[in-house]
Amino acid sequence: MTRVYGLSRDLDLWGDLMELGKKETQSQQNTENNPTGLKILWSELRRDKLALFSLILLIVIVVFVYGISFVMNQDEIAKVDLFSIHKPPSKEFILGTDYGGRDVFGQLIIGTRNSLSIGFLVTFLSGVIGVAFGLVAGYFGGHIDNILMRVLDFFQVLPFIMLVIVFVSIVPNYTIIAFSLIFTAFSWMGVARLIRSKALQEKELDYVQASKTLGTSHFKIIFREVMPNISSLIIVTMTLNLASNIGLESGLSFLGFGFPESTPSLGTLLSYATNPQTLEHRWWIWFPAAVMILVLMLAVRNVGEALRRATDARQRRG
Amino acid sequence: MWKFIVRRLVITFPQLILLSVLIFLLAQAMPGDALTGLVDPNIDPATIDEQREKLGLNKPWYEKYIEWVGGVFQGDLGQSFRYKIPVTDLIEERIVNTFWLSVATLIFTYMIAVPLGMISGRYNDTILDSSITGYTYIGFATPLFIFALVMLWIFGYHLQWFPTGGSVAPELKPGTLEYVLSRIQHLLLPALSIALIQTVSTVQYLRSEIVDTKQKDFIITARAKGASESRVYNRHILRNSLLPIAAFFGYEITTLITGTIFIEQIFSFPGMGQLFIESVLQRDFSVVNAVVLLFGAAAIVGALLSDIILSIVDPRIRIK
Repeated sequence: MTRVYGLSRDLDLWGDLMELGKKETQSQQNTENNPTGLKILWSELRRDKLALFSLILLIVIVVFVYGISFVMNQDEIAKVDLFSIHKPPSKEFILGTDYGGRDVFGQLIIGTRNSLSIGFLVTFLSGVIGVAFGLVAGYFGGHIDNILMRVLDFFQVLPFIMLVIVFVSIVPNYTIIAFSLIFTAFSWMGVARLIRSKALQEKELDYVQASKTLGTSHFKIIFREVMPNISSLIIVTMTLNLASNIGLESGLSFLGFGFPESTPSLGTLLSYATNPQTLEHRWWIWFPAAVMILVLMLAVRNVGEALRRATDARQRRG
Repeated sequence: MWKFIVRRLVITFPQLILLSVLIFLLAQAMPGDALTGLVDPNIDPATIDEQREKLGLNKPWYEKYIEWVGGVFQGDLGQSFRYKIPVTDLIEERIVNTFWLSVATLIFTYMIAVPLGMISGRYNDTILDSSITGYTYIGFATPLFIFALVMLWIFGYHLQWFPTGGSVAPELKPGTLEYVLSRIQHLLLPALSIALIQTVSTVQYLRSEIVDTKQKDFIITARAKGASESRVYNRHILRNSLLPIAAFFGYEITTLITGTIFIEQIFSFPGMGQLFIESVLQRDFSVVNAVVLLFGAAAIVGALLSDIILSIVDPRIRIK
């Protein structure tokens, strides 16, 4: 009797547990119904008309530039034509020609493509280094953090532009890959600092402590647990960085230390304006490139700022 | 406070040493040494090697490094490969120009930042504020060199209000009033171009600082005591917000260095930035190294000064 009673009680308990389990899954489903990071980013973007417009504009520019440069005959553009030097805009050349008689419009398209590509590449590379560095420093804290941050301080105080220029000028067999690596070597610090301060907060949270207690390896906690949790911050930082990297690249190319001469960038077109004659009388060579850089940087920033607001619940508009 | 200053100083020395090692290694990686350009190609290689031995160019790198650092401390930055004169002589004329350009830029930066930040913070969320915020937003996204090109194009070439290059009109003699005026006139447009872009972060900082302080208890107390609105802003709020901004000048040095490289190139202003670019293009690496060393050290010391001043003005920063 007692046994049966006991069994039935056990069964009751079992039933209660099942019930509890159901509730658990329900509440889990509820949290899944809550907007996740990416959804918040998207809804914020949709509510900010300027950012949405910027995003569409960016997509249009990217598709247009990559599409056209695919179809366009690039040798044709790079060919020097001495009979059509410095032609103002006309039907044949929409944006006129430069000192070699080359079509400025074609160079603008290819330059935009090159500037964007290098921007994406450098942002990605410096993002990877910065995120890893920041996560490790923030997660471990203490002495490791202290040492890593002193290294970071040192890199950050160095005059970035000068060192890139020096490295670019002494590297033998200078290529675009070499350029992006040098660029990356001096541009990961901002990301690292931001991610580190976030990781410092994150490691105090219960899930990290729980994982540690369970004996999960540091590597797994850092890259499989903490990193996904701050992914929205990473996306925001990288977006804002893309804007500044496009600006920095065009600046370096403007000074003549960016892309090799054979590949035009937006900065290359602007560098023609260091010739006073060109600056004063031939606006069609440099002004469109200047406008293009501004449009790109502002548009990327608009998107980035909207995303940044989305990661901070207090600033959200949606 | 002293503890913080000492700790901060202790960090600075390794930074300076690291910088010097970095530059020294760069110098080793660069083509050419003190003999480059001095040697007649017809001389027997054995004689050249003998000479190299005599000059200590074949010593191991650490001995060379110590010698080099010793030289730097005695003000010897080596010989320019190209002009065959001491690097210090080359730098001397340029550094004065860049110094005045930086001073003018800093003055303009604060002259623009303080009133704009104050207006923006005091009348926040008005049309005036949003137009200032709009300016800072666009200023943040605009690369300095594009802005400077447009400034030169409009004010230098089209309106012809300012000279378009150089640091002084060539026919004037030093010491006269016209000479000084001409120098100032040549400084204005480059300095304004950097300042208008550089100032936006300070404007934003000042604005958010004032908006924050406005709601603090001591301001409410001041108002309750019957202090006039202008007194509240000028005496109570500004005193709190201006000091940190003044201390930022050290951090601005890194931005300024980048700025002068672009600006001097665009306005053909004979300063350190232009010397740097020229030397890189002419592969005159002893000059390049000297300029990087000076600018790098200036940036490190600038950050040190700012940190120390900030720790004095803002007790929150000090280490317990």
